[in-house]
Amino acid sequence: MDISGLEKLSEYCWRLPPTHGMNAPVILYADRSLLEAMDEQVLVQSTNVARLPGIVGASYTMPDGHWGYGFPIGGVAAFDAAAGGVVSAGGVGFDISCGVRTLRLGVSEARVAARADELADALFAAIPAGVGSTGALRLGEAQMDDMLQGGARWAVEQGYGEAADLTFIEEGGCMPDADAGQVSHRAKRRQRDEMGTLGSGNHYLEVQRVAEVLDAEAASAFGLAAGDAVMSIHCGSRGLGHQIGTEYLREMAEAARAFGIALPERELACAPIDSDVGRRYLGAMAAGVNCALANRQIVTHLARHALSEVLPGAEAALLYDVSHNTCKLETHRVEGAERRLHVHRKGATRAFPPGHPDLPEAYRGVGQPVLIGGTMGTESYVLAGCEGVMERSFGSACHGAGRRMSRRQANRQWGGTDIVAELHARGIEIRGHSRRGIAEEAPGAYKDVRGVVEAAEAAGLARRVARLEPMICIKG
Amino acid sequence: MSGSWSHFDHGADIGIEGRGRTLEEAFEEAALALTAVGVSPDAVPAERQMGFSCSAPDRELLLVDWLNEVIYAMSTEGLLFGRYEVRISDDTLTARGWGAEVARVSERPAVEVKGATMTGLQVRREGRQWIARCVVDV
Repeated sequence: MDISGLEKLSEYCWRLPPTHGMNAPVILYADRSLLEAMDEQVLVQSTNVARLPGIVGASYTMPDGHWGYGFPIGGVAAFDAAAGGVVSAGGVGFDISCGVRTLRLGVSEARVAARADELADALFAAIPAGVGSTGALRLGEAQMDDMLQGGARWAVEQGYGEAADLTFIEEGGCMPDADAGQVSHRAKRRQRDEMGTLGSGNHYLEVQRVAEVLDAEAASAFGLAAGDAVMSIHCGSRGLGHQIGTEYLREMAEAARAFGIALPERELACAPIDSDVGRRYLGAMAAGVNCALANRQIVTHLARHALSEVLPGAEAALLYDVSHNTCKLETHRVEGAERRLHVHRKGATRAFPPGHPDLPEAYRGVGQPVLIGGTMGTESYVLAGCEGVMERSFGSACHGAGRRMSRRQANRQWGGTDIVAELHARGIEIRGHSRRGIAEEAPGAYKDVRGVVEAAEAAGLARRVARLEPMICIKG
Repeated sequence: MSGSWSHFDHGADIGIEGRGRTLEEAFEEAALALTAVGVSPDAVPAERQMGFSCSAPDRELLLVDWLNEVIYAMSTEGLLFGRYEVRISDDTLTARGWGAEVARVSERPAVEVKGATMTGLQVRREGRQWIARCVVDV
């Protein structure tokens, strides 16, 4: 990215002043090297978002920002319905509420390492993953609607996990404004066989060791200590979310014109929050979030079962569950006044600060856990929301490493190598259905996650709590 | 010269492109590029046939709708397609696809396509060729 047009506010905060039809500035949180490595399109897309009606504050880009569709991935933008603000299906994405949850296994890394091969096989057998995989659960129409209204709460009622899990999921595991009636028959049909499945691409289930504690107080609050084993699950709303995104993107592409919204590109398809299509999308999107929360809850249940077979006594208590692709109605203080805003986070994590009332009591003193997925060969991080993050980015932080290389380039570079054997030699067990899929997800295809989380910390978004290293990775 | 398909780079996702002597052939090739995101189209036996139809106010949205129809069939029927035949009349597309269930294909798909986006979306004529392209989310 050419940064010559940006104002440097600090080493980790850069600003593009509003010009040429922009309704707000662009703020990018990253150091110079991360910015210069970003695609030119990141700034183009962030600028386009700043042109949308009713945007409040700024169009923000997180340190892992990369070229998306419509919004950049790592893009955050808030809109005020009362000021003509919009909701954008492209600002949420196809994989609604794709997210990560991390569980404390209650056993040492040494105990996992001693049975790693067996545990990898058990998890791979227990959790449907990859293209065309189906779950054991088939939902009828009424059950599907109950799931879409109830989210992880519904899953717990059906026997998938425990009520205590819900405390550690955003919104207590259930988006309150979900409207299953706004989800099409086709979207529900697409989900029929996919409950409790991991998906493919960058989705994974990983068993990790806590390699390093970087913030003792927050780590203690999160129940993490060096040498512990944890499990992280990255997946989303599966076919249902993809279909909701497909249908509303298409509808909004035409609706925007009817509302007189000039779109810099079609993919920014949006509609006023306070419009029929805007309200319908928000109801359907919230139902999509609930589908993702229920899905992760079912996958957790399957993983717990496999874990208990191999490591009796392991508990897998939920540390936290974060969603990446969402639009949520939240209260924020802007220029001294409280406002209700629709905050889009596209490939970005909510990162509420210490003291925020929406946090579980156990974490209120240290801030929201922010779970950052790295790669299957490097490291991941647990962060915590910083003081001041509400003012800096509407309580948002990065979500992962971000790709350095396209899938095509990665396959060209690693398609002929045995990544599974290479990682096995380093003590990391990989299981996956597609050799090419694994090559496309090669560790070298991603940016250095360490630089991303250091930038998030230095920018005052989220601070590092613990560094995790992979032991087992089940690839979708 | 007959049609051809290719992929182009996009940061997180994949760009697909079809080229052909006619608009229909470019759309067929674009759908083959979609299959090729997961597996080689040549690896897909023609064991099942499916019909498709969609309408859109312009050619670009018609391409997005066409690809999304194929993605929906892949997702709900568990199918992959190795050959397509497309007809376009005014704003309406009708098509047939030949393929097989995922389990019947020798390769395991690398990745699932979630949807066709309007990023990089182009349907245009270049000399004697039609080009149909967009980014798909994976």
